[in-house]
Amino acid sequence: MRIRVDPEKCQGHARCYGLAPELFDIDDYGLSSVAGDGTVPPELEERARLAIANCPEYAIGETG
Amino acid sequence: MTATPAVEAWESDFDVMDPGYLSDPFSIWDELRGSCPIAHSNRRGSNWLPTRYEDVTVIAHDIEHFSSVEVAVIPFKGEEPEEPVLAYGLPPISADPPLHTWTRRLLLPWFSHRKVASYEPMTRELCRRLIDGFGSEHGVDAAADYAQQIPVRVIARVLGVPADLADTFTGWVRDVLEFADDAERRQRGMGSLIDYLLPELERRRSEPGDDLLSELLASEVDGRPIEDSVVVGAAALVLIAGVDTTWSAIGSSLWHLATHPSDRARLVSDTEVWPLAVEELLRAYSPVTMARLVTEDVEFQGCPMRAGDRVLMNFPAANRDPEVFPEADRVVLDRAHNRHVAFGSGIHRCAGSNLARMELRVALEEWLAAIPDFRLADEAEVTWAGGQVRGPRCLPVVFS
Ligand code: HEM
Ligand code: SF4
Repeated sequence: MRIRVDPEKCQGHARCYGLAPELFDIDDYGLSSVAGDGTVPPELEERARLAIANCPEYAIGETG
Repeated sequence: MTATPAVEAWESDFDVMDPGYLSDPFSIWDELRGSCPIAHSNRRGSNWLPTRYEDVTVIAHDIEHFSSVEVAVIPFKGEEPEEPVLAYGLPPISADPPLHTWTRRLLLPWFSHRKVASYEPMTRELCRRLIDGFGSEHGVDAAADYAQQIPVRVIARVLGVPADLADTFTGWVRDVLEFADDAERRQRGMGSLIDYLLPELERRRSEPGDDLLSELLASEVDGRPIEDSVVVGAAALVLIAGVDTTWSAIGSSLWHLATHPSDRARLVSDTEVWPLAVEELLRAYSPVTMARLVTEDVEFQGCPMRAGDRVLMNFPAANRDPEVFPEADRVVLDRAHNRHVAFGSGIHRCAGSNLARMELRVALEEWLAAIPDFRLADEAEVTWAGGQVRGPRCLPVVFS
């Protein structure tokens, strides 16, 4: 599983980071980006799905 | 607060200051979503009240038609001075881009999750001190003696103003938000706040400290210092937006826990549920409604909105929309799909949301660690404030 954050949509609610801090980095202005290249280790897939389902801006997507 | 005539038709004559709306807006929203999802009222000017998640979030993202230059839910009825001290209101909340963009960027780093983590120990210590100081072993007013005491002291620390003045700040903020229907009181609260901040600004010009006010003063935008009216506006905003809101979220959550023993027991025993539970409490008891000004005539979902009308951004009702949240009126602590908009939606997403969340979590953790079992002393004594910010103002509980 691979995920990405759309920087045009992200408004910095930080829900992704709250649910899966291993998978996201958030800068000082609240903008989120995926950690590394966005590849999700199998044991974190469930949490990645949780982050996707809780982002109020629909900014997180699965890319493969 | 001025008394308002009773509401008979919520579709066409709603009033967010109606006593029925203050105590139970949920059943009113449920009814409206079925009959008229965007209600209208001519009380306090021409106002629209959306209740569906989709309508609220679409409007929040359409900043061209829906401006933030008037965000007060209760429009100001008094006389505006000709040259207001705050020429731009309270940016970024009362601004559209481009002013919004750069003023928001000035504030955001002060509330990043890293920065917020540095305020957590003082917040925890504050909560413990409050609990240790409860005058009775039997019960307490969980709103006035606990919830209300927390956010104002954290914000005072961020701004670099003395926590001793907490009660004074709280009074001003309540005048501006809770008693907004009383034009004179509202103006006095705002005036006192500005009169307090102006000399604080001067002091920091000569003796800068490690605080938000000093940093705003020292910041430059496009090579020039920021106008004082923007600095004061932004500082006043942090105080106004950071106090009532968070205290209301803490108070509502304690009300919920006082009235729902099984949720209380689950939070005490199941630490894993906390991250979802805090969001669920924010969803179910979202405190904040904002306004938008319609910039040009537009038909939205069949509603003929006119330039100059206002739309009340009903984030709390959006969060109870059963189309998006199954069993929306029930608190499900481990609700896994929860795109709630308690902190708004779009470019004005609450700049203090990381701080608010931390305060809510720590306040509940410390309360439950000391007082795992409690209930309402007397339901009839509980009072709710509403309008812009909804939350309990009097919440007597007894410890079991
Ligand atoms: C549970 C507590 C809180 C809730 C529910 C809340 C809610 C909101 C909402 C809904 C907005 C969006 C306004 C709009 O769309 O017009 C907002 C904006 C804002 N809030 Fe909060 N807030 C809370 C706590 C705080 C705290 C602790 C601060 C501290 C600094 C804060 C500072 C701000 C600021 C500066 C804005 C303006 C952001 C902008 O316009 O870009 N809030 N808040
Ligand atoms: S939850 Fe969504 S909007 Fe919020 S920081 Fe993460 S990606 Fe951005």
